[in-house]
Amino acid sequence: MGGIPHDHYEPKSKAAKAVHSRLPIVGLLYDTLMVPTPKNLNWMWIWGIVLTFCLAMQIITGVVLVMHYTPHVDLAFASIEHIMRDVNGGHMIRYFHMNGASLFFIAVYAHMFRGLYYGSYKAPREITWIIGMIIYLLMMATGFLGYVLPWGQMSFHGTAVITGLFGAIPFVGESLQTWLLGAGAVGQPALNRFFSLHYLLPFLIAGLVILHIWAFHTTGNNNPTGVEVRRGSKAEAEKDTLPFWPYFVVKDLFALGLILTVFMAIIGFMPNYLGHPDNYIEANALVTPAHIVPEWYYLPFYAILRAFTSEVWVVQIASFVTGGIVDAKFFGVLAMFGAIAVMALAPWLDTSTVRSGRFRPMFKWWFGILVADFIFLMWLGARPAAEPYATLSLIGATYWFAYFLVILPLLGVLEKPLTPPATIEDDFNAKYGKLGAADAANPAE
Amino acid sequence: MAHTDEHEGTRRDFLYYATAGAGAVAAGAAVWPLVNQMNPSADVLALASIRVDLADVEPGTQITVLWQGKPVFIRRRTDSEIQAARAVNMDELIDGNDRNDNKPDLPATDENRTLDESGEWLVMLGVCTHLGCVPLGDGAGEFGGWFCPCHGSHYDTAGRIRKGPAPENLLVPVARFDGETELVIGKENA
Repeated sequence: MGGIPHDHYEPKSKAAKAVHSRLPIVGLLYDTLMVPTPKNLNWMWIWGIVLTFCLAMQIITGVVLVMHYTPHVDLAFASIEHIMRDVNGGHMIRYFHMNGASLFFIAVYAHMFRGLYYGSYKAPREITWIIGMIIYLLMMATGFLGYVLPWGQMSFHGTAVITGLFGAIPFVGESLQTWLLGAGAVGQPALNRFFSLHYLLPFLIAGLVILHIWAFHTTGNNNPTGVEVRRGSKAEAEKDTLPFWPYFVVKDLFALGLILTVFMAIIGFMPNYLGHPDNYIEANALVTPAHIVPEWYYLPFYAILRAFTSEVWVVQIASFVTGGIVDAKFFGVLAMFGAIAVMALAPWLDTSTVRSGRFRPMFKWWFGILVADFIFLMWLGARPAAEPYATLSLIGATYWFAYFLVILPLLGVLEKPLTPPATIEDDFNAKYGKLGAADAANPAE
Repeated sequence: MAHTDEHEGTRRDFLYYATAGAGAVAAGAAVWPLVNQMNPSADVLALASIRVDLADVEPGTQITVLWQGKPVFIRRRTDSEIQAARAVNMDELIDGNDRNDNKPDLPATDENRTLDESGEWLVMLGVCTHLGCVPLGDGAGEFGGWFCPCHGSHYDTAGRIRKGPAPENLLVPVARFDGETELVIGKENA
């Protein structure tokens, strides 16, 4: 399957041969598990397994929760309390599911910024990157749909705000919003269909994850040097790689074990730390909570949404040029989705000939500021809508766009990158010495 | 293959296009009901109007009622609120349209926003025109009217947007008095 030469599955027994000639599924699994993996991968390459684990955990706990949940405006809130108080172990299952979403997003952000630093998005891995961005969008949609289901105050008014984003689209917005909600306002039709979609989307994500893995198994993994695995012959490739099983599986599972230790501590001792108390108040259409805040993983983009008010000159120009079609509200929505779109376009905006940030002295600094900007925007998204936060949000949003639209394209021209090692083997030997390489290649000795 | 040089449509080309066309129409016909089922159903659309008794509402107070799943603010304004709203110059407004379904597309003067001549009764949807939060009332915000806590939109004592991200004044729904104290919100089915 993959482009890197390696040993393929050979059925041994008569029965195995019979199966293999009819459905080569064992061969497919073998090739997937034994895929040659660059042997210099560092600890930032563990998030794939964490993410796969999260997806499985969310689907399993979700299927179980549905056995006790009722998607009706009069019963939903009570059925959540039923899960929390009466269902055997229900509170733990729900806490796993709630906090599992947070772990999922922590892992996906680490995974994305890993890709941004080491240039994993660059050719030939653009399709892997784009599929990843689609998965990220679906994750955000799934997280939002799921947050509506408990039918608390935040669920209800969050839905009004998020569907209001679609209402901001000129001409068709209002009909689109009504179509999404199935009524003029948030109510039973919305709850019912969001429940249906919340159950559906994770399976679409699972399908896309398979494509994501298929794509990077074809191009090969990126690695901290950004240097490609030599694939002239199997012997050459084996100097740069080790099979995924058992080397990387064991490493990744060790990391997963550490992460789950922290995760379990949060579930055990502070399960509601990342939530909002307002969502333990049943939905009430007449009162909006004093301070509407989305879940932490949406905050950076929420800050960008709020940054563009009618006082900002870019918004005024956009409004003037389009004859008022793009108003402050629509501009904010465009900016929020645009912030994700520019990230998806990174493969074509980055003009540098060197892939990994490790060998790009100027890029390192700009990238560091981008990570800080992301955390800064996350903090701003949770502040009230007032000064000085509005101006600070505007500065943060401006840097986000400038990084992708100005800095990435210019750095390729202005920066003088260092020379990466010729091969992955060289990089590995420089760090662990020849002895380490021999040990790794011949673990039986 | 003499066929390939012939640029006129052949019988086979026609059959290809006709089949593809029929297929596209059939697919569209199959998808439309699946899309349309998400639009508001008959029972949702049936909840058109409500009646509210305003006998107990004192000047300077407001009540909030639920109409078609949305909050409606009904405020009985004091003289100072009315005067403050009427003193506003039209140039200061972000949205110059009165957004009043009873008097569509007139200038956003205080007289055009209110239900009665004297300007005592102001009836509006309690839905921020930014992203649909419920604004806080009773003199909230920098203009003494309403303030939306979600994204910081300030409305004046006539419910007009004055500052913040919201693009439009709070919407005035179809409403009328039936007798002295009974308010009808929405279009009543004949």
